[in-house]
Amino acid sequence: MSDYRTIEHDVLVIGAGGAGLRAAIEASASGASVGLVCKSLLGKAHTVMAEGGMAASLANVDDRDDWSTHFADTMRGGQYLNNPRMAELHAKEAPDRVRELEAWGAVFDRTPDGRILQRNFGGHKYPRLAHVGDRTGLEMIRTLQDHGVHQGIDVHMECTVLRLIKDGDRVAGAFGYDRERGKFRVFRCNAIVMATGGIGRAFKVTSNSWEYTGDGHSLAYDAGADLLDMEFVQFHPTGMVWPPSVAGILVTEGVRGEGGVLRNSEGRRFMFDDIPDLYKHQTADNEEEGWRYTQGDKDARRPPELLTRDHVARCILREVREGRGSPHGGVFLDIAWIKDRIQDAPERIKRKLPSMYHQFKELAGIDITSEPMEVGPTTHYAMGGIRVDGDSQMSSVPGLFAAGECAAGLHGANRLGGNSLSDLLVFGKRAGEHAAAFAKDHGTTSADEGQIEDAARWALAPFERVDDGGGPYQVQATLQTRMQELVGIVRQENELREAVGVIGELRGQASKVGVRGNREYNPGWHTALDLHNLLIVSEAVARAALERKESRGAHCRIDYEGKDPEWGSKSIILRKGEDGGMEVSTQPTLELRDDLSQIIEENQA
Amino acid sequence: MTRATFKIWRGDTNGGELKEYNTDVVEGMVVLDAVHDIQSESANDLAVRWNCKAGKCGSCSAEINGMPRLMCMTRIGDLDLDQPVTVEPIKAFPPLRDLVTDVSWNYRVKEKIKPFKPRPPDAPDGTWRMDQADVDRVQEFRKCIECFLCQDVCHVLREHEKHDSFIGPRFIVYTAALEMHPLDTEDRLPELKVANGIGYCNITKCCTVVCPEHITITDNAIIPLKERVVDRFYDPLKRLFRAITGRKS
Ligand code: SF4
Ligand code: SF4
Ligand code: FES
Repeated sequence: MSDYRTIEHDVLVIGAGGAGLRAAIEASASGASVGLVCKSLLGKAHTVMAEGGMAASLANVDDRDDWSTHFADTMRGGQYLNNPRMAELHAKEAPDRVRELEAWGAVFDRTPDGRILQRNFGGHKYPRLAHVGDRTGLEMIRTLQDHGVHQGIDVHMECTVLRLIKDGDRVAGAFGYDRERGKFRVFRCNAIVMATGGIGRAFKVTSNSWEYTGDGHSLAYDAGADLLDMEFVQFHPTGMVWPPSVAGILVTEGVRGEGGVLRNSEGRRFMFDDIPDLYKHQTADNEEEGWRYTQGDKDARRPPELLTRDHVARCILREVREGRGSPHGGVFLDIAWIKDRIQDAPERIKRKLPSMYHQFKELAGIDITSEPMEVGPTTHYAMGGIRVDGDSQMSSVPGLFAAGECAAGLHGANRLGGNSLSDLLVFGKRAGEHAAAFAKDHGTTSADEGQIEDAARWALAPFERVDDGGGPYQVQATLQTRMQELVGIVRQENELREAVGVIGELRGQASKVGVRGNREYNPGWHTALDLHNLLIVSEAVARAALERKESRGAHCRIDYEGKDPEWGSKSIILRKGEDGGMEVSTQPTLELRDDLSQIIEENQA
Repeated sequence: MTRATFKIWRGDTNGGELKEYNTDVVEGMVVLDAVHDIQSESANDLAVRWNCKAGKCGSCSAEINGMPRLMCMTRIGDLDLDQPVTVEPIKAFPPLRDLVTDVSWNYRVKEKIKPFKPRPPDAPDGTWRMDQADVDRVQEFRKCIECFLCQDVCHVLREHEKHDSFIGPRFIVYTAALEMHPLDTEDRLPELKVANGIGYCNITKCCTVVCPEHITITDNAIIPLKERVVDRFYDPLKRLFRAITGRKS
C-alpha cells in the first residue's frame, strides 16, 4: 500500500488563479468546507500576467454601453460559435463582479469624476475595460487572495493533482503530490471545480508559464468529460520576439488601445490593407480617425490595429512571410510616435503602460517612449476546454465543474481581449456556488483504494526507469517545436496528420522517460508527469483542427480558406473512448434564443 | 556564444554547497535561462521556482553574486563572466532544496494583518467615488509582486532573525496600502507599534534599493507609518485631541 495523506472537503477547487480563487470564495460563502489546490505558491498563478483589463459594461466612460452591446461584441468576436447563454450571463454579471472586487479592496484607475476608468480594446465597441495601468491581473489576483485568506479556505500550496477519483459516474476526489516533499495526497470531496487555466506549454512560443500544461483539460478528459472547441487556440498578435530568451512574452493590447500602431519594415500601417467585412462599418479607414478614437472621440471609429486578435496575428504573419518584417522576424509596434500628437507623451506612456516600459527597458534594452518595439504572434489562450452547462458550469461528469480558461463556451472561435478576466470572476463565482450546492444535495462519496493505488504506481514509475538521456525536457521540447510547426497559426491537412503521428510517437517516448534524484522538489519528475497532460491536449487540438474543414476565428486552414456556413453551426467534441483512444464527433451549436438573436441583429448596424 | 560558469547552491534542509556548472550563453539571456539550460542539460532535478519569466509573479528570487535579485530580470550581459556567477537561495528564510526556500512565514504574517474594511458606499449608484490623486500612492504599494527580496535584505530579519516580532518591509508596505486606502476604516496602528514591530526598522533603506518594482518602501510607506505611530502614541496633544473628537489619526 502506498503512503498518502487524506484530506477531506465538501468542495475541492483545483487551480488558484482568478477563477479558482473566486470559486473558492463563493463555495465557502455558501457554507461548504473548501480546499484550494495551487500548483505554485498562492498569488503566483498566470492571472498575474493579465495586463489590459476586465471587460464589463459599466458605462462609466461611454454611457451608450450596456450588457446587450457587450453580448453582441462577444458573439461577433467568437464568430457565433459561443455558448450564447454564457455570453449573456457574462455580459450581464460582469459589472457586478467588478464592483465587488472594488468592495474587496481593488484600486482601479479613476475617471475625472472618481469612478472606475475604462479603456478601449480590440473588438469592444465602447471603452469597456476596467483596469489598473497595465497590471490589472496582479490587482485582481491580489485582491482575491487577500480577501480569500480570511474566508476559512484551506489552501494547499505547491501541490499538483494527477488523477481524479470517481465513485461510479460521480467525481469523488483527487490524487496528487506536494512539490516540497513529493508525498502523495488524496483529497476526498463531493464536488470539484476545475480552474487550471490553459495549455500554452504545448507550443514553443508562448506567453504562458510552466504550469499551463492543460492539467484540468486532461484530468477531466481522463475522468470521462467532453472537451469542446479545442481547435481554437488564440495566438496573441503581439508577443516579444527579441531577445530570444524572452520571445513570446506578452505585449499588452493596451499599447494599441493607447494609440500604438503597427508598421512593417517599409513604415506602412499594413492593418489598413485588410479589414474584414464583418468589421468594416466600425473600423476607421484613415489614420486621423483612428487616432481620434484612441483619444476618446465618440464619433470616430476604431483603428484597424484594434481588430480581433486572430485577424491581427494573421496580418502580422503575412507581412513577415512576404519579407516586410522587422529584423528579428516580427513587425514594429510603435507607441513613441504619439509624441507628434501630444505634449507629455513619454510621461503619459510611462503612466499608462508602466510594466511595458519596464519590461522592454530591462529585458530588451529598449525605451518604448522613443523607439518602436518588435512584436510577433505568441500562443496565448485556449478558447476550447471542458464542455460545461452555461448556468452551473457543470461538465458532463456529475460533480465536476469547470471555470475560466479550462472551460469552453464563452469565447467561441476567438476571445476578445478583456473578456478573460471578467470570465474568471463571473463563472468562477457560478461554479463555486453550484459546486457547493451539488455537494450539499448529493451527499458524500466513497472511492475504492484501487484507483489510488493505480495512480500512485503510475506516478512513481519514472523513478524505476533508467534515465537514458532522452529525459523529460527533451520530449517536452520536441513536442513544443513540432506543435508550433504543424498546428500553429495556419494549418493544413497533411501537417495536422503528421502532428497526430508525432504525438503518438512522443507518447511512446514519454512512457519510457526515466528521472534521477528523489521525490523532494524534483522538477525533472514533475516535467515527466506533466507530459501526459501535454500530450492529451496536443492531440485534442490537432484532431479537432483536422476535423474542422474551414477557417474561422483563431482556426485558419490554408486548404479550406474562408468560413463554411455549415461548420458555422457545428461544434467538435472530443471524448475518451472505451479503448482509451480519442473519439472525435460533432454536435450542433446551442440554440440562440429569439431575444438574443434580435440583439445580435440590432448590433449589426 | 560564450561558455559561462555558474556556481549554484545545491542542498536541502540539512545544508549544501556550491556546485559548478558550465553552459553556453547568448546575448539577451537572463540568469533564469541559464539555470533552465543547466537543469535540462546536466541537472534535471535542480529545484527552482519560477512562473512568469517577466518580473511579474515574484517567484524566482535568489541571490546572484550575493545580490538579492529576480533571476528572470537579471541579464547575463550585465554580469562579469570572467568570474563564475554564483546563484544562491535567499537567505532570510530556511532553505528547502537548491534555490527553493520556505517562504510560508510570509503567508502567515500576512494573514494576521487586519483585512480591508471599507466605509459604506456613499455614491448615488451604490458605489464609491475616489480621485486618481488619492489612489496614486496606494497603487504604488499595490504594485508589489511579493518576491520577498526586501524581506531578504532587511538586517532585522536576515541577521537578527526577529521573525517573531517584526513583519518586515513587505508587510509594512501592505499595511500602508490598507491604511492609506481612501475607503478603509480599520485601525492597524496599535499592532504596527507592538506585535508588528515597526520600531525595529532603522531606515537603512536597503529594502527600497532591491525592490524590483521600484516601490519607495522606506520614504513612502515606512516613514509615514512611523510618523502616524509617533503621533498616535507619543504625542500628548494629539492624544488629547483624539480623546475629545474620537478620530482615528
Ligand atoms: S529600511 Fe527598515 S525595513 Fe528596510 S531594510 Fe532597512 S531596516 Fe529593514
Ligand atoms: S515590496 Fe518590492 S521587494 Fe518587497 S516583496 Fe514587494 S515587490 Fe518585492
Ligand atoms: S519568474 Fe516571475 S518574477 Fe521571475
